[in-house]
Amino acid sequence: MVTYLSLIVLIPLAAITAKAFSDGPGHFWDAVSQPQSVAALKLTVICSLVVVLINAVMGTLIAWVLVRDEFPGKGIVNSVIDLPFALPTIVASLTLLTLYGNDSPIGIHAAYTKYAVIIALLFVTLPFVVRAVQPLLLSLDRDMESAAESLGAGKLRIFTRIIFPNLLPGIAAGVALAFARALGEFGALVLISGNVPYKTEAASVFIRGQIESDNVVGAAAVSVVLLAISMVMLAFVNLVQKWGLRHDR
Amino acid sequence: MTGNASGRPARYGLRSVALLYLAALLLAPITVALIKTFDDGVGEVITQITKPDAIHALKLSLLTVIIAVPLNTIFGIAAAHVMVRTNFRFKWAVGALIDMPFAVSPVVIGLALILVYGTGGWFGGDLAAWGIQVIFSTPGIVMAVVFVSLPFVAREVIPVMQEIGTDQETAAETLGAGPWQTFRSITLPAIRWGVTYGVVLTTARALGEFGAVTVVSGNISGETQTLPLYVSKQFETFNSVGAYSASLILAILALGTLLTMNLLRRKED
Repeated sequence: MVTYLSLIVLIPLAAITAKAFSDGPGHFWDAVSQPQSVAALKLTVICSLVVVLINAVMGTLIAWVLVRDEFPGKGIVNSVIDLPFALPTIVASLTLLTLYGNDSPIGIHAAYTKYAVIIALLFVTLPFVVRAVQPLLLSLDRDMESAAESLGAGKLRIFTRIIFPNLLPGIAAGVALAFARALGEFGALVLISGNVPYKTEAASVFIRGQIESDNVVGAAAVSVVLLAISMVMLAFVNLVQKWGLRHDR
Repeated sequence: MTGNASGRPARYGLRSVALLYLAALLLAPITVALIKTFDDGVGEVITQITKPDAIHALKLSLLTVIIAVPLNTIFGIAAAHVMVRTNFRFKWAVGALIDMPFAVSPVVIGLALILVYGTGGWFGGDLAAWGIQVIFSTPGIVMAVVFVSLPFVAREVIPVMQEIGTDQETAAETLGAGPWQTFRSITLPAIRWGVTYGVVLTTARALGEFGAVTVVSGNISGETQTLPLYVSKQFETFNSVGAYSASLILAILALGTLLTMNLLRRKED
């Protein structure tokens, strides 16, 4: 098991780090701080933050509707949430382009803009927050809400003081996973974002471009930055999960 | 629910917002793309998907699935066993390593594999001397797919193993069952839905992987092109009917995955 993990995961990731610093730390910094890398990293981080914020709100809302509401067809809606995990990202890119691209039948021309990047990232990250919040909502003790209500608390107060704090570990875990996914996403972006340097070129697309133009050290340098941000995110998820477990007891 | 008057409009409001959001993000794009696929009729779609390059791409995709899924299933069960049932130093590091593929961009995964197994890479030279080409060839594609789909089975099985505990396994061992027999007749039946769910997720990811495969494959039509790469190539060469038709195959496979996921979730409940 250790050999398998090393050959597939550890050694390749070590190789990329070694390559990034192969010409010295000065060269690494030059590669990362050149304007096109900075623009790509900035676009990726900002779009991912926007996407994660929307996910935090919409994901919680969708989970709420799926758990607390009853309407015909709810089962189908619940199954459809996982579609972005099942559908290949290139197909996602193509379908989004059909509706929001230049031949859009509804007249929305988002393709090749930052909005396209955001729409594509929203698509691929949809399930994370919903699926992290849903089980927490299901196991939430309704007696607490009834108690608060009989003591005269309004709906908003019940939500902010009782429901929200209980859902927070799930929202945080979902957000962290969605953020890590958004940072690295490639397939969903290639067709719809247009990949215009300095404007709509995400970090992963930039890395791919650098590989194709044989600037492997530059590609590795930007990869290491992405890798570092993702690792911080993973550590955060683990912390949140431990924190959630402690609160369970 | 509380049946008071103020609750009802709020409930309808939330429901509408949720459903509208899902419609705009999922349902509408997929419906429009589906209509567009059949713009030139069913015959054209069939012509497109029976082209030799398309069939070759589908076969290569299926081959990667056939290799990656069993490997990652065996690895996932072993990894879950080690993570749940044993204790050792740096266990947290192994756990982080198992989760790594979820946190790394597929493009970065592709680049990392090139740096190790490509010509001029750490092992690339030796492998070439043995006559084995990994990058720009099928082994590289398979490795990329194995890497990106590595955590799914382990991730699904770990919580199940934690939940079932060790009582039954210990009982079986006390009654004289060997480790293999204990695993086969006690552990495996208990974790089977977790394993199956993990297998379904692995299959979906393996079929759809694009970023990592793009970097390592070289994207040569009829040779190192998986079905997702075929879709992007057709789109770039302005054969949009070809791109939509191949996407339809991938979407049907995705739908199968989705249905299986739901069946399994219902069984688990």
